[in-house]
Amino acid sequence: MDELTLLLGAILVYNFALVQFLGLCPFMGVSGQLEGAIGMSLATAFVLTLSSSVSYAVYHWALVPLQVEFLRTIAFIITIAALVQLTEMTVRRLSPLLHRILGLFLPLITSNCAVLGVALLNTYRPENDTLLKATLYGFGAAVGFSLVLILMAALRERLLAANVPHPFRGAPLGLISAGLMALTFAGFAGMV
Amino acid sequence: MDVLIAQPWIAAVLVLGLLGVLIGALLGVLAERLKTDDDSLVEQINAILPQTQCGQCGYPGCRPYATAIAEAGESINKCPPGGAAGIAKLAELLGVAPEPLDAEHGVEDVARVAYIREDECIGCTKCIQACPVDAILGSAQLMHTVIADECTGCDLCVEPCPVDCIDMIEAPVTLERWVPENPKNLIASDRGRW
Repeated sequence: MDELTLLLGAILVYNFALVQFLGLCPFMGVSGQLEGAIGMSLATAFVLTLSSSVSYAVYHWALVPLQVEFLRTIAFIITIAALVQLTEMTVRRLSPLLHRILGLFLPLITSNCAVLGVALLNTYRPENDTLLKATLYGFGAAVGFSLVLILMAALRERLLAANVPHPFRGAPLGLISAGLMALTFAGFAGMV
Repeated sequence: MDVLIAQPWIAAVLVLGLLGVLIGALLGVLAERLKTDDDSLVEQINAILPQTQCGQCGYPGCRPYATAIAEAGESINKCPPGGAAGIAKLAELLGVAPEPLDAEHGVEDVARVAYIREDECIGCTKCIQACPVDAILGSAQLMHTVIADECTGCDLCVEPCPVDCIDMIEAPVTLERWVPENPKNLIASDRGRW
């Protein structure tokens, strides 16, 4: 039951984009088109889940025993960069077509702060104390991020056809929509 | 262990160094393992095709045609811009007999480039959208022009032009394109070769 709460909490209550405001750059940047948003969410979801468990292993099996926890940020960045590289190589090998669609997005994940955020939060949250829970937390964060990214892209595609006052077109409207979405997600607060 | 805890910098160097070596080795091995073979058959065929992206072969571009030849056994004589020389090269690469150009897909012609009669251009941008290699410069309501070096002579811009101001003119002979003429006087043993 603990695990389920953790998962739902990461998806909805502590949603990474709309409640914790992490990963806002891809959230605003690639939500213009639904197709790109789906590609980006798939790639990010994969890296997020994987990096959450690998960074847990690096932290608890290497940094804590040697009492060098202060190195966690730099160690996590190295790990994430390597995982992104690994993902890119695998995707290029397995599906050149998918690689052509995601090509630009894959390296961008390295600098997605949600990925580093999950790894760091795993070390700050005392309840994420097993590898399974850390992985679930990462997976929940990935699902939550994908959910709002795809919702946002669908919303913005519709808004393209709307008659919006000129000063609000483009980025301002995107930010206002994001704010309104964040308000609705605030409704989940206190559930977990 | 006590040394490491008393001197955290040793532990720091050790951890980051090991992590770096480990990740580096992993990525290095996997890069070798997962290497995409860029000199695959499709790439080699694509390198021979003229990259006009004209679609006369019935495929959307040169690369799809190359893929079809390599993977679906498509015949090699459907590329008019490549001409007999292109077919000969493909035949050599694939180890099959060269065939004459399939007339259904067009006939071999001298190299041409598009030329826009600029006084007549109304700036509709339709040719820009048709150009597969982005060789036409211009914007709405302004006169367009063709970057001759980029133009592959694929003809695709002629059809959409509403005022018919695009001509296909013979490409100027450059060093890359110059082909020596056949000799006029042949010695007896060379007759029949040309």
